[in-house]
Amino acid sequence: MKALVLRALALAMVGLFLQGAAALAQEPESPPVQPVASPASATVLKWGADGTSNVPYTFHDPSDENRMSGFEYDIMEEIGRRLGRESQFVQNDWDGLIPGLQRNFYEMVICGIEMTPEHMDAVDFSQPYYMTSERIVVRRDQAGLDSYERLGGHVIGTVKDTLAERMMGERHDITVRGYDEESNMFADLRNKRLDAILIDGPIALFYGEADPDFRIVGPPVGHLSYGIAFAKGANIELRHQVDAALKAMVADGTLHRILARWNLWTPEMAAWTGDYSEPGVAPTEWQRYIAATMPTQGWRARLKRYVSFLPLIGKGAVMTLAVSACAMVLAVGLGLVLALARRYGPTWVAMLATFYIEIVRGTPLLIQILFIFYGLPGLGIRLSPFVAGVIGLGLNYAAYEAENYRAGLQSVARGQMEAATALNMTHTQALRYVVVPQAFRVVVPVMTNDFISLLKDSSLVSIITLTELSQTYVRLSSTYFDYFGTGLMVGGAYLLLGLPFVRLARMAERRLAVSERRSGAHH
Amino acid sequence: MAGSGNPEPAFCVETVLCAESISKSFDSNKVLDDVSLTVERGELVSIIGPSGCGKSTFLRCLNFLEIPDEGTVTIADDSIRRAGGPWKSSDEALAHRLRAHVGMVFQSFNLFPHRTVLDNVMLAPRVVKHVAPAVIEAEARELLAKVGLEAAALRYPATLSGGQQQRAAIARALAMRPDVMLYDEPTSALDPRVAEEVLEVMRALDREGMTQIVVTHDLRFARAASDRIVFMDGGQIIEIGDPDEMCDNPRDPRTRRFLGASV
Repeated sequence: MKALVLRALALAMVGLFLQGAAALAQEPESPPVQPVASPASATVLKWGADGTSNVPYTFHDPSDENRMSGFEYDIMEEIGRRLGRESQFVQNDWDGLIPGLQRNFYEMVICGIEMTPEHMDAVDFSQPYYMTSERIVVRRDQAGLDSYERLGGHVIGTVKDTLAERMMGERHDITVRGYDEESNMFADLRNKRLDAILIDGPIALFYGEADPDFRIVGPPVGHLSYGIAFAKGANIELRHQVDAALKAMVADGTLHRILARWNLWTPEMAAWTGDYSEPGVAPTEWQRYIAATMPTQGWRARLKRYVSFLPLIGKGAVMTLAVSACAMVLAVGLGLVLALARRYGPTWVAMLATFYIEIVRGTPLLIQILFIFYGLPGLGIRLSPFVAGVIGLGLNYAAYEAENYRAGLQSVARGQMEAATALNMTHTQALRYVVVPQAFRVVVPVMTNDFISLLKDSSLVSIITLTELSQTYVRLSSTYFDYFGTGLMVGGAYLLLGLPFVRLARMAERRLAVSERRSGAHH
Repeated sequence: MAGSGNPEPAFCVETVLCAESISKSFDSNKVLDDVSLTVERGELVSIIGPSGCGKSTFLRCLNFLEIPDEGTVTIADDSIRRAGGPWKSSDEALAHRLRAHVGMVFQSFNLFPHRTVLDNVMLAPRVVKHVAPAVIEAEARELLAKVGLEAAALRYPATLSGGQQQRAAIARALAMRPDVMLYDEPTSALDPRVAEEVLEVMRALDREGMTQIVVTHDLRFARAASDRIVFMDGGQIIEIGDPDEMCDNPRDPRTRRFLGASV
């Protein structure tokens, strides 16, 4: 599922580059970056997955968004028990999963990763924990697309880098659309942009069959296996322990029971394990999921669901505001230092400040944030997502604030500095009491506008696993397939956050205009 | 000159400011050429001369807003000698001591627009001298009363007339208790009626014994109020003398030409 190798490559390169730099800088007594833990010593078993838009693998329980759920989640809980270690889920964006493995954020990744030869080049796999096939999903009222052969001449959707995509790529009579997000793909099927979907069994079941608008048709297509990924060449001992645990779970029927609860036991699993028994376990998790995501009937029920979103959106909004506010404080402070360094500092300091500003303004914010979160651990600097987000946004906006200040400082008349000097203030005192406060007044309206931009740009920190407003939107909309209603709600939340600052900027502008008019009248 | 040695009786004149051989060039343009001036305590000295004669630059050299290339400035007991070369941080420390004796008033007032009139007056004593706030405020209000602005204490400079602003600027400079006040064309930005308010404050200070050096175009004021007039031209002092004498009988043809054209 999804393009693992190529899309992770950029991140991995940043990481490797820094790791190389770190290795060069390393003191002899400190060993090169080690795997998090030798399994014997650590008690917490950290594993990575993308818990957003990832039903039924590992995802936020729709009936309780604070709880994690999923068949892979259950498998990892069981493996943790068998290894005598507490299993701990670490959220990471899909593109960051493998780099995170190399950065030792966690010891393994379980996220529906298909055991293809290409993937085996990038990571080491455990034995398979799940086998399934590709299934065809169509709109409920649609007929005639009920076999792989009959997909010819149609527009078929699938997720990038899946077996389905590779298979259909060889058929010239099919127009293939590759998606990053399952939920987008099913939205397109609903909107008739697609005629059918060919996708991994679990996704077909939970996104397709679970939805009254869709159904699975025709026989299974192809065969695929999922494995747990470990960093290449590292943690071999742990990998063997996990393999042993999986083997035991197959032998005593535990894996069968977990999969049965999720309605995910497949003929492929039966053939592989030789376990054709009926475990007598009801598909409770499957039923719970169906009940929780059932399309609501009538506006009352719909409203009730939206109201139930409010606490989550509120939490997201608080996170967005917190990250933005902290970043802005950093930006305003550092920006002033940069501007003063440029205008009043010695030549080499001024050049350094200019260099910084040009670098920051000349590179994308997204890259800067990824670099700080994934790249810096290579130099031994590990930051929490919140701190990394604040620093990333703050350092970036500081460059822009520095430019604002520069304009502000230039707008302060030269006579002000002279008057302060004549009053025997030192240079620093003159700046602090006379020049900077005046520059600040000019800069405030612009700064307020920048803060509104920052509020919106803070959505970028969702890629380093912070659950702010945008991430909340992705999570809610992909759980309930409701992009429209949740989109309006989240958009509204952004507006509500920004509105006070828009008004503040207007007020500041008006005040400035008035005081300029007044002073203009007498000069 | 103060500290020059021989103890004089109390009634004798005391030199408070002494500028010796001040020279200053901007790029290759020599603006001041070997200018010397001595001012006694309590004197009001006016510096006149055509535009570009160097009179403002000379005034600004006295408190090192402009740094002379060569020459010595002595005010009260502090002295800085320049003989070319770069301006070092040790020089800046000397200038800091020297500026403590000097107040300055600018043509464009240069009040701090983000502070009230009272704050303008109080700021420097507070941050430079660290005087207790209660003491500063009492003194500041007294100074504002002296320049006729007690009612405007809490207003912002932008809401005042030009004459009021200049009087506030004088109060601000006086708050640092200077030995010498320097005025750089204090009334040039004001219309004559308003200028009179400012000149009246300067006359009152003169009566109190304040030492004042005024760069001005206002010959009537210079003649009526000054103890001495300095005429500058081409970066040099051409003539120093008693106001009436200089105005009625200028010795140098350049002075004659300037006064003839001006009056």
